[in-house]
Amino acid sequence: MTLDPAVEPLDMDPILDNPRTRIVVCCGSGGVGKTTTAAALGVRAAERGRKVVVLTIDPARRLAQSMGIDELDNVPRRVPGIDGSAGGELHAMMLDMKRTFDEIVEAHADKERARAILENPFYQSLSAGFAGTQEYMAMEKLGQLRARDEWDLIVVDTPPSRSALDFLDAPNRLGSFLDGKFIKVLMAPAKIGGRAGMKFLGVGMSVMSGPLNKLMGAQLLRDVQTFVAAMDTMFGGFRTRADATYRLLQAPGTAFLVVAAPERDALREAAYFVERLAAERMPLAGLVLNRVHGSGADRLTAERALAAAEALTSGTSEYTENLDGSGIVDRGSGQAGSRTADDPGIVTPTDTSSPESGFPQPASSGATTSDVTAESVETSARLAAGLLRLHAERMRVLAREQRTRDRFTALHPEVPVAEVAALPSDVHDLAGLRAIGDRLAVRTGGRAEETDGREEEVGATTPEPRMSPSA
Amino acid sequence: MSRLHVVSGKGGTGKTTVAAALALALAAEGKRALLVEVEGRQGIAQLFETEALPYEERKIAVAPGGGEVYALAIDAERALLDYLHMFYKLGSAGRALKKLGAIDFATTIAPGLRDVLLTGKACEAVRRKDRTGRFTYDYVVMDAPPTGRLTRFLNVNDEVAGLARIGPIHNQAQAVMRVLKSPETAVHFVTLLEEMPVQETADGIAELRAAGLPVGGVVINMVRPEILDEAAVEAAANGRRTDVVHALAHALERTTPGGARRTGLAEQLVDPLLEQAREHTERLALEHQERAEVARFGLPTYELRLLGDGVDLAGLYRMARELRKQFSERSEQGVSA
Repeated sequence: MTLDPAVEPLDMDPILDNPRTRIVVCCGSGGVGKTTTAAALGVRAAERGRKVVVLTIDPARRLAQSMGIDELDNVPRRVPGIDGSAGGELHAMMLDMKRTFDEIVEAHADKERARAILENPFYQSLSAGFAGTQEYMAMEKLGQLRARDEWDLIVVDTPPSRSALDFLDAPNRLGSFLDGKFIKVLMAPAKIGGRAGMKFLGVGMSVMSGPLNKLMGAQLLRDVQTFVAAMDTMFGGFRTRADATYRLLQAPGTAFLVVAAPERDALREAAYFVERLAAERMPLAGLVLNRVHGSGADRLTAERALAAAEALTSGTSEYTENLDGSGIVDRGSGQAGSRTADDPGIVTPTDTSSPESGFPQPASSGATTSDVTAESVETSARLAAGLLRLHAERMRVLAREQRTRDRFTALHPEVPVAEVAALPSDVHDLAGLRAIGDRLAVRTGGRAEETDGREEEVGATTPEPRMSPSA
Repeated sequence: MSRLHVVSGKGGTGKTTVAAALALALAAEGKRALLVEVEGRQGIAQLFETEALPYEERKIAVAPGGGEVYALAIDAERALLDYLHMFYKLGSAGRALKKLGAIDFATTIAPGLRDVLLTGKACEAVRRKDRTGRFTYDYVVMDAPPTGRLTRFLNVNDEVAGLARIGPIHNQAQAVMRVLKSPETAVHFVTLLEEMPVQETADGIAELRAAGLPVGGVVINMVRPEILDEAAVEAAANGRRTDVVHALAHALERTTPGGARRTGLAEQLVDPLLEQAREHTERLALEHQERAEVARFGLPTYELRLLGDGVDLAGLYRMARELRKQFSERSEQGVSA
């Protein structure tokens, strides 16, 4: 199926090739193929000559599987099997949330204080990954990788959040908590016996300390206070780095890709994300639509295919009638549909199917010549009907996908779209990733158009229409 | 039979839809089911084509045989305020806490508190009784977080109980955990017949078992109809190609006004149609493989067909009927669900 010509096809090659592109972020709701898309882009960019690192967050180790690496840890590792003839390299890593958090603590606190934090039960739970920690640590790691400046392109796969927007919100949420009044209340008693806190908050504190104690239990409150006090000096750093990473995402060297499947929920999330990125002035490169179905016979509608299938199966005898003239079946004229199973010349549909599989089988060899012929016609009719029914199913899926996609493009006609065809099986090798990469570029995406190779603004939301001079 | 049904699955497998169909199926024949959402996505409202659900239990559907389905989108912040109000009479202090950012802290940052509040609210609905001593809801169905986060989500109460070793949070967490680990609860997985969702289901089952949480059944969603098998497609492509083209041409003529000869069209269509049929059989072969994998889990398994047009309300009721039929088939075979 081809896109509405009004929708700009997304072409990743100019974006991946542009040395000014330093970060590509793949976001979208769960189960839409973000990780695979990130990996495919990593492979493509590396084979086109860039030194790439792919950061994945998904604990299901899907990227590891699809890149043929057995273990990914918090350190980028070189991916074998990449064609380095253009001078590129591919590295991949999986985020270890707790390890990343520990490293921050170790890097920003003296030894004794670091130990106190790492041993605090509240810290241990927090760092093991609860609401927002994963998203925050993903941002932190992205900032670290970018600061190391060892790679010229970082491709990020975002955490499998309940909503695609969590990735953007979590760092701010943590930041506003760290700057908030609550933390001061928590810290106050740990400082000078609570007196400063009382003074600071006036009457508020006396209202608070009771309920907090009551609610959390004295021991948990103490753990939290100890944690907060120990982290005190590091909070500023957290906030500064979170802000810096956020600004990095707004910079022109970043390109966001919203990944979706042609399904209602996934595209609704994608639309939210597109709106949010615009509001945050973050550069959107386009939408990657995975698992799109197509058909080489899309001229034939579902309705017509079904009607034709009906004509073949319910009116089988009628079909064989029509063949009389061509001499395939030696039979006198009769009323359409008048033949039944008691007519020895025709095998009823149920008889042609083997009871185990329920599928039409080739005619048995033991039958008489005329029986074979009749059976043969019958079987062909049923095969043709099967092909038509399958096609009708396919066309219904196509129509549904078209509807959901039209809803998206009506809302956001300015967003370039790349489609990746649904594959019969999962991708888990470099060849599969390369094939997906091909679909993300106009030049190789099987479309007639060609680009002129001119350098484009990275992540521009409205690329210029491409003319097609000869390649 | 369990009363709290937790429905999880890999992202994209349709767990919200299956949870809703399950609630409808359980509510049939005059029962009352509560369908709860914990991730703030308003997926249930979309599915039932109603406006966004407030933090309030409201009836959203009538099940076959006069049953009722209620729905609730649990909001962690409101649940916490309710909780403070109910157990501590902290009405005004609750507001002060909110002003301070403490509620924000508790519901978004503090490890696990958010999850305790969400599961706690669901467990409260399971245990709630009316004045006559009857359970308010016969069943509670939870549209839970995806498999990757499920065990942490459910087991968080254990975690929190360990973190807060005494006090009301500890007690609350313990009480919730008692419900979740009892036979009253069953955790179901929704999967597709694809490698990764099946793998995640296997991982999820192992994790749940390690955490001592009760595993229920597996719902295989979006099962493709088996229209042609490999032998049939090969027969159509090779020995019978001419006959199949003939049959196609005939059928197209029969169904086209005017009835012009369609042999040319049939010739053009046959290859793409055969190509689609090959994709179909390739897909079926994979599905057979994955189905065998699912069978190895040794759990009650249910299958729901792919709805080509997408899931609308009618489709949802069809899925519920299908689930109900499969439940009763299982119980006739003497297997408990």
